Amino acid sequence: MDGAGRVSGVKVGDARPVRRGRGAAYWQAAPFALLFLLFFIVPLVLTVAVSFWRFDDYVLTPELNLDAYREMFEGCIDRLPSLCVTFATYLSTLRFALMAWAVTLVLGFAIAYFLAFHVRSVPMQMALFLLCTVPFWTSNIIRMVAWVPLLGRNGLVNQALQGVGATDAPLDWLLYSEFSVVLAFVHLYTLFMMVPIFNSMARIDRSLLEAARDAGASSWQTLWNVVIPLCKPGIVIGSIFVLTIVMGDFVTVGIMGGQQIASIGKVIQVQMSYLQFPVAAANAVVLLGIVLLMIWALTKLVDIRREL
Amino acid sequence: MHGASVELMSVSKRYGTAVAVDAVDLKIPGGAYCCLLGPSGCGKTTTLRMIAGHETASDGSLLIGPREVGHLPPAARGTAMMFQSYALFPHLNCLDNVAFGPRMRGVDKATRQRKAREMLALVRMEGFAHRLPAQLSGGQQQRVALARALVTEPSVLLLDEPLSALDPFLRIQVRAELKRLQAELGITFIHVTHSQEEAMALSDLVVVMNHGRIEQAGTPREVFSRPDTAFVARFIGGHNVIATPGGLAAVRVDRMRLLHGAGPATPLSLGARVETVEYQGSFVQLRLRALDAVPSTAELFAVMPDDAFAARPFAVGDTVTARWEAGDAHPLRDAQPPADAPALEELTP
Repeated sequence: MDGAGRVSGVKVGDARPVRRGRGAAYWQAAPFALLFLLFFIVPLVLTVAVSFWRFDDYVLTPELNLDAYREMFEGCIDRLPSLCVTFATYLSTLRFALMAWAVTLVLGFAIAYFLAFHVRSVPMQMALFLLCTVPFWTSNIIRMVAWVPLLGRNGLVNQALQGVGATDAPLDWLLYSEFSVVLAFVHLYTLFMMVPIFNSMARIDRSLLEAARDAGASSWQTLWNVVIPLCKPGIVIGSIFVLTIVMGDFVTVGIMGGQQIASIGKVIQVQMSYLQFPVAAANAVVLLGIVLLMIWALTKLVDIRREL
Repeated sequence: MHGASVELMSVSKRYGTAVAVDAVDLKIPGGAYCCLLGPSGCGKTTTLRMIAGHETASDGSLLIGPREVGHLPPAARGTAMMFQSYALFPHLNCLDNVAFGPRMRGVDKATRQRKAREMLALVRMEGFAHRLPAQLSGGQQQRVALARALVTEPSVLLLDEPLSALDPFLRIQVRAELKRLQAELGITFIHVTHSQEEAMALSDLVVVMNHGRIEQAGTPREVFSRPDTAFVARFIGGHNVIATPGGLAAVRVDRMRLLHGAGPATPLSLGARVETVEYQGSFVQLRLRALDAVPSTAELFAVMPDDAFAARPFAVGDTVTARWEAGDAHPLRDAQPPADAPALEELTP
C-alpha cells in the first residue's frame, strides 16, 4: 500500500513539471510582455496611425491620407540638387551621428582595450570601470550646463589659452557650435560604445594573442587580424546604441548647439509644441525607418544573434 | 626543416619572491623527442614558455642551435608552439588558420595557401580546409593546431600538454601520430606532460621536474631502471621506495619476491602484511604494509604473474616476507624520504 502510494505519487510528480513548466513560462514572460505592449507597441502603432490622419484647425480626424508626408517632403524632389529643409535636417542629423559614432568608436575601443588587456587585476578593472560611469552620476542637463564655464567665451579653456599666449582673442567655436555638440555626445555616449566592446574583448582567449605572436604577428597585426574581428559583435552593438541615441537626440543638440543647429529630434519637438501631430508623427515614422535601416545594415555586417 | 638543439644554462624564472623555475640546466640534442614530465606546478610549462619566448627568463641563458635567443621574440627563434587549448582563431577557417603565420610574414596569397594545404594534408585534414574551428572535434582541432605550428617550418616544436584534452582512446592514436610526424620531419619536439605513460611512450629524453628543478634527465629506460631520487621513483611508477641500512633504495615492484610467514628484517628483506589483492589479468598486484617502517616508506607494492599467484596464493591479512636481490635495489640520492611524497597509488599506472 505504502509502496504503491509512493509510486503513484512519483508518477504525478513526474508529469506535473512539464505541464507547469509550459504555463509558468508564459506567466514569467507576461509582465514584461504587458509592459512592452503598453509602453512600446501601443504608442508606436498610435504614432504610425496619427501620421496618416487628417489635421485641420486643431481637429484631429481619423481619416487616412498622406497629407502629413506630403507636407514633410514638399518641394524636396523638385528642388534637387539644392536641399529642402527636411533633407538638410536629416543630412545634418546623420552627419552628427556619424561624427559622434566615429569618435566614440575610437575612444571606446581604446579604453576597452586598455581595460581588457593592460589592466591585470580585476579590482583595478572594476575601479576604472566605475570611473567611466562618473558622467552618469548626475543628470543629463547638468552635465551639459557644466560645459559652459569650461568652454564659454570667458571660460577656463579660453582663459588658459590666452594666458599661455596660444591665442589673442577667445575662441568662439568652443561652445554653441558643432564642436561642442559632438563633444557632449562623446562625453555622454562613449560608455555605451565601450561596455559592449569591453565585453567582447574580455571573452577573447589570451592564448589567441600569444598564438598570433608565436606565428610572427606584430602588435598591430594582432590588433587588426585577431582582436578587431573578434570584437565585431561588441562594435556593432555599441554602434547601434550610439547611432540610435544620437539620431533621435534633441536636448543635446539644442543646449550645446545654442538652439542654432537643426536636428530631426528638434524638428519633431517643435512641431509637437505647435500641435502639428500628424507631421510630427510622420517625421517620427521616417526617422524610425531610417534608424531601423541603419541597424539592419549593421547586423548584416555581423550576425549578432550567432555571436552572442 | 631540421632539428635544432636547445640548451638551457642555469635558467630561472621568478614571479616576485616565488620561484617557478630554479636554475635549470638542460641540453636537448637536435632532432630529439624530449618530454618535460612532472606534477602540476613543477615549472615544466614555464620552462616551455621560456623556450618559446612567451616568458622572459629572470636569469640564465637560452640557446637554440648555436644562437643565444633570450632576447628574441618568439617568431625569430625558429620555434613554434602548440597551445594546450589549441588557440585556433575562431573567426578563421582551417586554411586561414594555418596560413596565418605566412600571411603575417608577408607571403603572397597563392604561396601561403599552397603551403597551408600541404600542412593540412600532412595532418590528414585537407578535407576540412573551409570549416571553422567550432565545427571540428577536439582531435581535429588539434591536428589543425599542429599544422598551424608546422607551417612556419620551425626547427623546434613546443607542445604544451597536447593530449590532455583528448579522450583516452584518441590520446593513444594521436600520440602515435605525433611520434610519426616527429620522425618524418626530423625536428626537435619538446612536449610538456604530467603523464609518465605518455613520456615513456614518446620520448628519446625524459626530463622529470619537481619544484622548479630537474630531478633527473635521461632516456626512458635509464630513468625507469635507475631513478635518481625517491620522487622520480614514485612519479615514474612501478617502484617501491625502501629504507635500507645503506639509505633509501628503489626496488621495482615486479622484482619483489613474496614468501609466506614473517621472517626477520634483513638488508634484503622485510616483513609485511597484505592489505589488498587485485587481479589484473596477466598479473596480480598486492599492496603490502611493512611491519616496522616509518610511514612514508611503509606502503609497498608487489606484482606477480597470475599463474605464480594461483599456485601459491596470498590472502588479505596474511603476513609475508618480501625479499629482493642485491642487484635490484637501486640506491637513491636523497638521504631522507621526501616528506610530501605523493601517495604511490595515484602515480602507479
